[in-house]
Amino acid sequence: MWRRTFRATLRAGLGPGATGAVAGAPGARVGSCRFAGSDSEKAAGPSPGGRVSAELIEHLERLALVDFRNREGVARLQAAIEFAGQLRAVDTDGVEPMESVLEDRCLYLRADEVVEGSCAEDLLQNSQQTVEEYFVAPLGNITLPKQSEQHPVLKS
Amino acid sequence: MLGLSLREVSAALKQGQVSPMELCQKCLSLIKETKFLNAYITVAEEKALKQAEESEKRYEKGQALGVLDGIPVAVKDNFSTAGIETTCASSMLKGYIPPYNATVVQKLLDQGAVLLGKTNLDEFAMGSGSTDGIFGPVRNPWSYSKQYREKRKQSHHRADEDSNWLITGGSSGGSAAAVSAFTCFAALGSDTGGSTRNPAALCGLVGLKPTYGLVSRYGLIPLVNSMDVPGILTRCVDDAAIVLGVLAGHDPKDSTTTQDPVGPFILPILRDVSKLCIGIPKEYNVPELSSEMQAFWSKAADLFASKGAKVVEVSLPHTSYSIVCYHVLCTAEVASNMARFDGLEYGHRCNVNVSTEAMYAATRREGFNDVVRGRILSGNFFLLRENYDDYFVKAQKVRRLIANDFVKVFNSGVDVLLTPTTLSDAVPYLEFIKEDNRTRSAQDDIFTQSVNMAGLPAVNVPMALSSQGLPVGLQLIGRAFSDQQLLTVAKWFEEQVQFPVIQLQELVDNCPTFSQHEKLGLVSLKRNLSKTKDWRYYGESKRKKLGPCRTNTFSQIKIKTNFTSHFGF
Repeated sequence: MWRRTFRATLRAGLGPGATGAVAGAPGARVGSCRFAGSDSEKAAGPSPGGRVSAELIEHLERLALVDFRNREGVARLQAAIEFAGQLRAVDTDGVEPMESVLEDRCLYLRADEVVEGSCAEDLLQNSQQTVEEYFVAPLGNITLPKQSEQHPVLKS
Repeated sequence: MLGLSLREVSAALKQGQVSPMELCQKCLSLIKETKFLNAYITVAEEKALKQAEESEKRYEKGQALGVLDGIPVAVKDNFSTAGIETTCASSMLKGYIPPYNATVVQKLLDQGAVLLGKTNLDEFAMGSGSTDGIFGPVRNPWSYSKQYREKRKQSHHRADEDSNWLITGGSSGGSAAAVSAFTCFAALGSDTGGSTRNPAALCGLVGLKPTYGLVSRYGLIPLVNSMDVPGILTRCVDDAAIVLGVLAGHDPKDSTTTQDPVGPFILPILRDVSKLCIGIPKEYNVPELSSEMQAFWSKAADLFASKGAKVVEVSLPHTSYSIVCYHVLCTAEVASNMARFDGLEYGHRCNVNVSTEAMYAATRREGFNDVVRGRILSGNFFLLRENYDDYFVKAQKVRRLIANDFVKVFNSGVDVLLTPTTLSDAVPYLEFIKEDNRTRSAQDDIFTQSVNMAGLPAVNVPMALSSQGLPVGLQLIGRAFSDQQLLTVAKWFEEQVQFPVIQLQELVDNCPTFSQHEKLGLVSLKRNLSKTKDWRYYGESKRKKLGPCRTNTFSQIKIKTNFTSHFGF
């Protein structure tokens, strides 16, 4: 019985649930998505013209402390954002976000007893610059150069 | 000897037919001979020999720790191993030697397993080809198999061309290549979006992804905390069950492990499948699926139906959004998890000393490759306050819809889902690198990653050889925490399809450390194995008389006698 329906699906080509956002060249599928909110999110999303703003690039580089390096990196982000835009097509009214598949179980706490530790030497061994039992870092009160004057609003 | 199952080689060790030291040395020499596969990043030769020596002493006293005592295993290089370099195939952790063992590694060592080394992977386990690590790509042993080369000769290709080797799949490609090439009996991988099942399918192995929460993640360098699971790669389902039995269970150091009692994972022999209900998700029949894979999938479903199981078509309506959802959640969690790599306490550190931030930025620029940086930046984008609800929270909601799809299907009476694992058989490396990492991951993970999102157990079982002579596997998905039932069904399926052994004669012939006698022994061992398997497949009546499981042991004992007489043990 299942075989008939299976064969029918094979003949039809696409399964009914496989419209739109099935894996394939991302460009091919993007056209079917609507960018409903893109106009109002100038700072956050790419403009309707399709380019990620310089301000956004700087902002992300500052937050991630990782650089885009070149146009390819920016293009990659662009493609990733477009790809993720397909999520807007899903109706999630009344659905709670799922953080973990174990949400129905309690995360338990261990007893507050010190049973392991005293391994400072082992931990210090892996660092390249240490002094006695300290990790040595350069000065921390200098912000990364080449940033715009306006500091990004960080979450407290 | 190297092609036997865990139980068989364990019996051989107990009976003294081979010693742990000999076994370890054989594996180490085979690793040297198969270096061109690039499966291993670090081979811990001295440590392995020491462990083998200790195991030998235990066997001499008759105090073997268990089935795994003295068995050579390999571990993916994103598991922390005390005293052995752990790099995640990244410049960021090159030279990093963890001061502790991951729980799963510790459990294997506590059972006496011999850790041969750390296997190659995609950088930080991001990728579906094992091609993007700093130590280079991993080659699929099947590229050198007799089965593949003969097919290429038939289709008028040069069989000995070395440039057209095939990928292993990823990201646990090194582990898969190591097991597939007989250099170890089992290997650990990690599975976040299919990283264990994908290479298992392309290398003809059993790749198990246990239920999320069954196996401890302590010591596994995290990619996506809510989806990562240590995976198990072996040559047969029974072996996977043995290893799972050792690894599963509560770990006080990982609070996401279940406290419920688990196991034992002893698999009963399934004789009657009439009470089984197999689900075929129709949305998995995507246009990108090769017609050959479709045919195998259909054939497998027919097999279940012909033996009396109930086979029904089911629907997982949100399948088409699972890749996008995974993309958002994965990059967001990656952005968070990669933040720990700043060069201060471990790992690579650059020479910039102007300020902390400049040092972090330069270290990370030097340490990460394009793939990792791309994911970090995308993840940070999705986590920006303006985008948090639209992307991250939205993806979490879609995740719940996907997980609920599975729950609905299993509640409707389906026991196990049957799906393809990959879109096709292994592709040549030169073809694979034509598309970038993200596109490839989006294409190749399509059947595997929704299982990670729902936290369910899944296993790849190799089914048959494709028209190119390459392995093709199918995926079975079970209910959460029903790993034993899943493996029981997988074992039945494995017995039915009788997947052939890889014929690596050419590798053996090129192996100068084996004497002529040994070569003959190994070659005839492999020939006997494939011969007897053919006999069992065609000798229907004979098989029924002896029963499926007993046939296996019977023919293996026959081979062992030939083998032992060759070697004069």
